[in-house]
Amino acid sequence: MLRQPLSRALALSSPARVAPLAARRYADAVPAQPEKVEVFIDDQPVHVLPGTTVLQAAAQVGVEIPRFCYHERLAVAGNCRMCLVEVEKSPKPVAACAMPVMKGMRVKTNSDLTRKAREGVMEFLLVNHPLDCPICDQGGECDLQDQSMAFGSDRSRFTDIHFSGKRAVEDKDVGPLIKTIMTRCIHCTRCIRFASEVAGVDDFGTTGRGTEMQVGTYVEKMFLSELSGNIIDLCPVGALTSKPYSFAARPWETRRIDSVDVLDPLGSNIVVATRTNEVLRILPRTNEEINEEWLSDKSRFACDGLKRQRLVTPMLKDSRGNLAPVEWEDAVVAAARALRDCPPDKLLAVAGGLADAEALVALKDLLNRLGSEHVCTEHYFPTQGAGTDLRSSYLLNTKIANVEDADFVLLIGTNTRFEAPLLNARIRKAFIHKETDVALVGPKVDLTYEYTHVGDSASIVKDFASGTSSHEVMKRLQQAKRPVVILGADQLKSEEGPALLAYTQELAHKLQENLQDKEWKVLNVLQRTASQVAALDIGYQPGVGQALAAGPKVVYLLGADSGVVTRESLPEDVTIIYQGHHGDVGASIADIVLPGAAYTEKRATYVNAEGRAQQTLVAVSPPGKAREDWKIIRALSEVLGAGLPYDTLDEVRDRLSQVSPALVAYGDVQPNNYFAQARALAQSLQKPVSGKLDVQLKQLEDFFMTDAISRASPTMAKCVQAVLKQKNSPY
Amino acid sequence: MAGALARVIRGTKTNLGIVGPLANINNVPVRFQQTQAPPTKSKYGPLADQDRIFTNLYGRHDWRLKGAMARGDWYLTKEILLKGTDWIVNEMKTSGLRGRGGAGFPTGMKWSFMNKPSDGRPKYLVVNADEGEPGTCKDREIMRHDPHKLVEGCLIAGKAMGAQAAYIYIRGEFYNEASNLQVAIAEAYQAGLIGKNACGSGYDFDVFVHRGAGAYICGEETALIESIEGKQGKPRLKPPFPADVGLFGCPTTVNNVETIAVAPTICRRGGKWFASFGRARNSGTKLFNISGHVNTPCTVEEEMSIPLKELIERHAGGVCGGWDNLLAIIPGGSSTPLIPKDVCSTVLMDFDGLVAAQTSLGTAAIIVMDKSTDIVKAIARLIMFYKHESCGQCTPCREGVSWMNKIMYRFVEGNASPKEIDMLWEISKQIEGHTICALGDGAAWPVQGLIRHFRPELERRMQVWACTHGPSMAEKLY
Repeated sequence: MLRQPLSRALALSSPARVAPLAARRYADAVPAQPEKVEVFIDDQPVHVLPGTTVLQAAAQVGVEIPRFCYHERLAVAGNCRMCLVEVEKSPKPVAACAMPVMKGMRVKTNSDLTRKAREGVMEFLLVNHPLDCPICDQGGECDLQDQSMAFGSDRSRFTDIHFSGKRAVEDKDVGPLIKTIMTRCIHCTRCIRFASEVAGVDDFGTTGRGTEMQVGTYVEKMFLSELSGNIIDLCPVGALTSKPYSFAARPWETRRIDSVDVLDPLGSNIVVATRTNEVLRILPRTNEEINEEWLSDKSRFACDGLKRQRLVTPMLKDSRGNLAPVEWEDAVVAAARALRDCPPDKLLAVAGGLADAEALVALKDLLNRLGSEHVCTEHYFPTQGAGTDLRSSYLLNTKIANVEDADFVLLIGTNTRFEAPLLNARIRKAFIHKETDVALVGPKVDLTYEYTHVGDSASIVKDFASGTSSHEVMKRLQQAKRPVVILGADQLKSEEGPALLAYTQELAHKLQENLQDKEWKVLNVLQRTASQVAALDIGYQPGVGQALAAGPKVVYLLGADSGVVTRESLPEDVTIIYQGHHGDVGASIADIVLPGAAYTEKRATYVNAEGRAQQTLVAVSPPGKAREDWKIIRALSEVLGAGLPYDTLDEVRDRLSQVSPALVAYGDVQPNNYFAQARALAQSLQKPVSGKLDVQLKQLEDFFMTDAISRASPTMAKCVQAVLKQKNSPY
Repeated sequence: MAGALARVIRGTKTNLGIVGPLANINNVPVRFQQTQAPPTKSKYGPLADQDRIFTNLYGRHDWRLKGAMARGDWYLTKEILLKGTDWIVNEMKTSGLRGRGGAGFPTGMKWSFMNKPSDGRPKYLVVNADEGEPGTCKDREIMRHDPHKLVEGCLIAGKAMGAQAAYIYIRGEFYNEASNLQVAIAEAYQAGLIGKNACGSGYDFDVFVHRGAGAYICGEETALIESIEGKQGKPRLKPPFPADVGLFGCPTTVNNVETIAVAPTICRRGGKWFASFGRARNSGTKLFNISGHVNTPCTVEEEMSIPLKELIERHAGGVCGGWDNLLAIIPGGSSTPLIPKDVCSTVLMDFDGLVAAQTSLGTAAIIVMDKSTDIVKAIARLIMFYKHESCGQCTPCREGVSWMNKIMYRFVEGNASPKEIDMLWEISKQIEGHTICALGDGAAWPVQGLIRHFRPELERRMQVWACTHGPSMAEKLY
C-alpha cells in the first residue's frame, strides 16, 4: 500500500533522513550499503550515499544552504527556491533541497550565480511581505528576517508598492491556539505538509493561484489537532504565531531553561521561556528518542495554568471548616501532629500524576520511618503475578523511537492519539513512510491513520494470546518481523485487568520468541501519567482501592488530583494532608494544605513511560510560600522527629540511586528483559475475560484538560470550547 | 480560404494514392540513400499536397471512422504494431521528429526512455491536449477534424513504450473537440482497433479522455499528471522525471497531440520520408497557426524551415497593409519573444532558426502584429495572462510575474522611469530559470523580447508622459 505520492516517498526515504536512527541495527535488516558517491561542495569533496540531496550533502561538510520551505521532517516541496545553487555543467541553478547528488557533481554554494539567485528569490519574497516587523511576534526568531540580512540585497527597488501597495490577505481563524496574520505568509507550505503528514489532519491547503494563492483551511475551520502548535514553530515567518503568547515578549528578553514536560507520560523535552519569574511559553526541544522536535498542544499551551489556581501559602481548616492561610510552621506542626497521632497501619500516602521522584522517595521514606507501608499511586496496576517487581511489565519497552521501525502495531485499549500524542505521531510516521500496519482492540477512535479495528472485547486479546483467533490480524502479528503490542494502562484498573495483562504478556512473549531479532521488544504498557513509572520503581503500591477500604485515619496526598480519593470514600474522622501546587480536587478535600512547586519550579526527576529518567530544571521560583516538594517532606520529618537522612538534592538523588540506579541515569533507558519470567508468573491469572475495553480520552475535547495544571489553564478551557463549537459547525 | 480548400480537396484525392500497402512507400521519391550524405536542400516549402499528414485539417470531410479510414488512417496498423517496439522507436528516431508542444525534445529518444527493464509498475502514455497557449490552435483542429489520427497515434506510441493505457488530457474549454474525440475513441473500441487485442495484434490498450478545468498550467506535463490524479494542477519537482515517476507513480511519457498524431503516418510512410522535410535536426512537417494582422488567418500544415515571410504571404494572405506595415511577430505562441520586422524577413521557421533569432519555435503559433499595434500593451496583456495563470507554487513566478505585470502596465502609459527598463529586464532574468516549471520562463521571455527590440518605444512613452504629467513618481523613488 502506498500511502503517499511516490515522489514524496522517494524523497523521504533518503538515507540521511533516517540517519539519526541508523545506529540501531537489526539482525534481518542490514541491507548492503550502496556505494557512496563523491561530490564536491565548494570544491570540498564529500562522500555521500546516492539519493542524498545536495542540501544534505552540503550540511555534511558544514555548508548551510538557506531555505524556507525545506524541513528535514517534512516532504520536500521545493517551492521557495531559496536553496538554489549553481551546479557545474547545469545551465540553470538547481534547488538543493530536492536535487539528488550525482557522481562528481560540483556544487558552488557561494558563486556569483548562486548569490544572484538567492538575492532574486529574497527580493521576490519581500515584494509582498509586510514591513511590520516591529509589531510581529516572530521578530527576533524570523527566518525571513535573518536570511534577508544574510542573503538579501542592501537596497530596495519596490517602486510599485507606492503605486499599488502590497498584497493583503484576510486572516484566518484556526482556533484559540494559533494566531494567523496571513499577509505575512510566504507560501512555504510547511504548515500544510505538517498537517497532512505528521498531524494527519488534512484541513490545510492552498486555494487560488498566482499572487492570489492563499494558505488556509478552505472553509473557516478550527485546526482540530492535538499537535497544532507545531506549525507555529514551523512557520518561518510571522504568519502563524502563538495566540496565547501574542505580544508577550521578544525572544531576546526571555530566559530559556531546558526542561522536561510532565503532562503526558512521554516526558517530551521542552524549553521553558521565562521573564520576570513568569513562564511565558514552552517550546519543544529536539530529542530524537522522544519527541523529535514536536510537542503536543497540552504540553505547549497549558503553561498558563501554572499561574492560576496556585496554592501559594500553607493552609489549615479553621473552625468553620474553611481553609485559612497560615504560616509554614503552623501547617507543618499540624501535619506532623496528625501523622504522629495516627497509628501506622491507618496512615496512607497517595501520589498523584505530577509528583517527582525526589518527593516520591522522600514521602515513602517518611512513611516507612513512621512504620507505614501504605504508599500508593492513584493509577492501578495489577499486583498479582510478577506485579510491579519486574520493570519490564509496566514500561514502554520497545521505546518511542523504535516504534518507527515496527512493521505491525497492535494497540490494546489505548487511544495513543490523546494519551501520548507524540507516540501516536511516531506510529503515524511508520504507517506513512514504511509499510507498518496498525490494529486496535478497544473502542473505535480516530487515530489519524487507518487501522484494523478488531473489536472492543477483552476476549479478543485472550484469543490472540492463545493463538485461537482466526482474525487476519493474528496472522499479521505472527508474520511480523518487528511487532509491537501496546497495552493501555487504564485497562488494568478493572477486575479483569490482571487477566488482560497476563494475556498481553503471553501474546507478546509468543511473538517475541519467534523473532529473528532477539533484541526487539514486543510488550509495551503505556502509562497515563508522568509520575507512575518512577513511583512503581521506588516501590509504591499501584492503586488506592485496598488502602482506602482499610479506612485510613490520615491520608497524605502528594499532588493526588485525579479524584480517586474522595471524602466519601474515607471515614468521617480522617485528616487529609494535601501537598501540591494547584488548588484542584485534592486541595478541596484537604484539612492541611502544604504548597509545593510545579514542574517548572523545581529541579526534579521524572521517569517517562519508557523508563527514561530525565530532570526538570528551575525555570521560575515557586510562587508565594510554596516550596520544593522533597524539602517540605524533609522538614516535616524533622518536626516528626524522624529526620530523613538527606539535606541536599544530591543526597536525595543518592538515595534514589540506592533504590534504583535507573532513576538517576538521566537520559538513558536500561534495556529490560524478564519478559518470560513475568509471563510465567502471570500464567495462573489467565482467566476468562468478557468485558469491553474502553478508553477515557476519545475525542479531542477530552484531551485538553486531564490534570491539575491543564484544568487550571484558560487556554485549555478555550480549546475545549472551540472544539465543541467546531463540532457544531457544518464543516 | 477558397485556395486552401481547393488544395485540401486536391490533397485528399492525391493522398488516396498513398493509402496503399506499406510497400507503396517507395512511391514517394526517396531523396537520398542512407550511405550518401544527404544533399543539402536550400529551399523549404511549400509542402506538396501528397505530403500532407493532416488531410482533414479544415473539416471538409467526414471526421469519423469511415472517413478517417478513407483518408488512410488505421491502415495496416496491426502490421505496424507487430513490427514491434524497437522498429517504431527507430522509425521515430530516423524521422527526427521533435516534440510539437514547444520544447522540441526528440520524440524517438523520449519514447526510448520508457523501454527500461520493467519493475512491475504499469506504464502510461499521457497526451497533452491542454492547448492553452494564446495564439495556438493546432491541436483542436486535429481533435475535432482528425481525431482518429490521434487515437491511432496513441496506440502506436503506446506500443512503442509498452504502455497499458493512454490518458488524453483535454482542455476543458474544448467541448466539441472532446466530444468528437470521445466519439472517435468509441468507434475505435467498437471496431476493435483499441481495447483488448487492439487491431488484432494481441496488444491490450485503453484510451481515456480526461477533461481539464481550464487552467493553463495544466499544460505543463507534471501539473497535467497531478491534475489527472485529481490534485491541484501544480508542477512537480524534477527529478524524478515522469519517465521514472509519473502518473500514479508509474513511468509515464507526456506528448503533445500533434506529436502523437503524426506518428502513424511516419510509421506508414517511413521515418526517412518525414526526415526529408526541413533542415537537419528540424525535420518534418508542422502545423502553423497564423493569427493577428494578416488577411487570412489560418492553420496550415507546412514544411519545417519554411521562411516566415513566405509562410505568411502564401497561406495567410500577407500582412494587413503589406509587408512594410509589419511591426513585429511572435513566432511560437505567446511565451516566445517577439521579433521585429527586419528579423521576420529572413528567419526560417524551425527550432534552430528561431533560436538564432533569440526566440523560439514554441508551438509555431505565429502572432502577427502590424504597425497599428500598441506593442507595449500587447505584451502587457500577455504578462497579465501569465500572472493570472501562474499556479502560485514557487516564489519567483508567483511574486515576480505579478510584479512584472504591474510594471508593464505602468510602461503602457509611460508612468515609469527609464531606469526601470533595466530593472524589469533584471526581474525577468530573476524569474527565468529559477522556477519549478517553464511557466516562469514563458512569462519572462515576452518581456525580454520587448525590451530587446522596442526599448526606444518604451523610452519614448516615458518622455511623453513626463511632458504632460511631469516626471513620474517612479523617477523619484528609484
